[in-house]
Amino acid sequence: MVPVSYYILLSGVLFGLGVVGVVFKRNIITIFMSIELMLNAVNLAFVAFSREFNQLDGLVFVFFVIVVAAAEAAVGLAIVMVIARNRKSLNVEDVDLLKF
Amino acid sequence: MSVAMVVFVVTGALAVLGAIGLIVAREPVHSALSLVLVMIALAVLYLLLGAAFIAAIQILVYAGAIMVLFVFVIMLLNAGVEVRTNVSRLAFWLGLPLAFLFLAEVVYSLTRHYSAVSAGAIAGPVPASTEELSMKLFTEFVLPFELTSILILIAILGALVLAKKEAS
Repeated sequence: MVPVSYYILLSGVLFGLGVVGVVFKRNIITIFMSIELMLNAVNLAFVAFSREFNQLDGLVFVFFVIVVAAAEAAVGLAIVMVIARNRKSLNVEDVDLLKF
Repeated sequence: MSVAMVVFVVTGALAVLGAIGLIVAREPVHSALSLVLVMIALAVLYLLLGAAFIAAIQILVYAGAIMVLFVFVIMLLNAGVEVRTNVSRLAFWLGLPLAFLFLAEVVYSLTRHYSAVSAGAIAGPVPASTEELSMKLFTEFVLPFELTSILILIAILGALVLAKKEAS
């Protein structure tokens, strides 16, 4: 069988790639997708540990993470639409009112 | 190499390739399709871990609902090729070493702490059944479960209020 450390390693790599996406990408929608990727990586770690320790609590937590991610996607994409309407751009560098 | 190992390596490689594709693609639609690939690969991994219900809602909610929402917004906003600016080049050259540092740190700390723990491998005889999971969800976790309905209601209202055109 596959050792749990392999799953955790894959989860860590996926999370790191999500961070890379947030840092590198300039498109606000792609940055948002990178955040979803990080949430998925964490879910994988939860499920792997839940199996390793034979406890269902990890799976319940994954269930709630997915629900919250769905709510977050709905509100976040509405915010993206408002930004696109006000700034006429999807580049995050154009959204810098709070920067000095 | 056992069958489970082969499945893990293939789907794990697909997930990592999809994640890299998400970052490399210049078109947001290509990024979205790469992310769908990652999510389906993760659903297969959940099945491999015996979490059938989680795999099902991964496909239904993530690959189905959330990604359709993303693709819908991309089409609605007519998001084209990402523009390159001086700042984005600076972020690239400063961010690349830092990103690799972060990845190396994650891998190092995880392998250091969990190489010893996982000696027993995953061989638990009982895969988590959907029945047990729902029993837990509707007894021990019934309050958070009901609270999520309020959360979703608030999210719907928030999205509606935000996306509404202001009367000018």
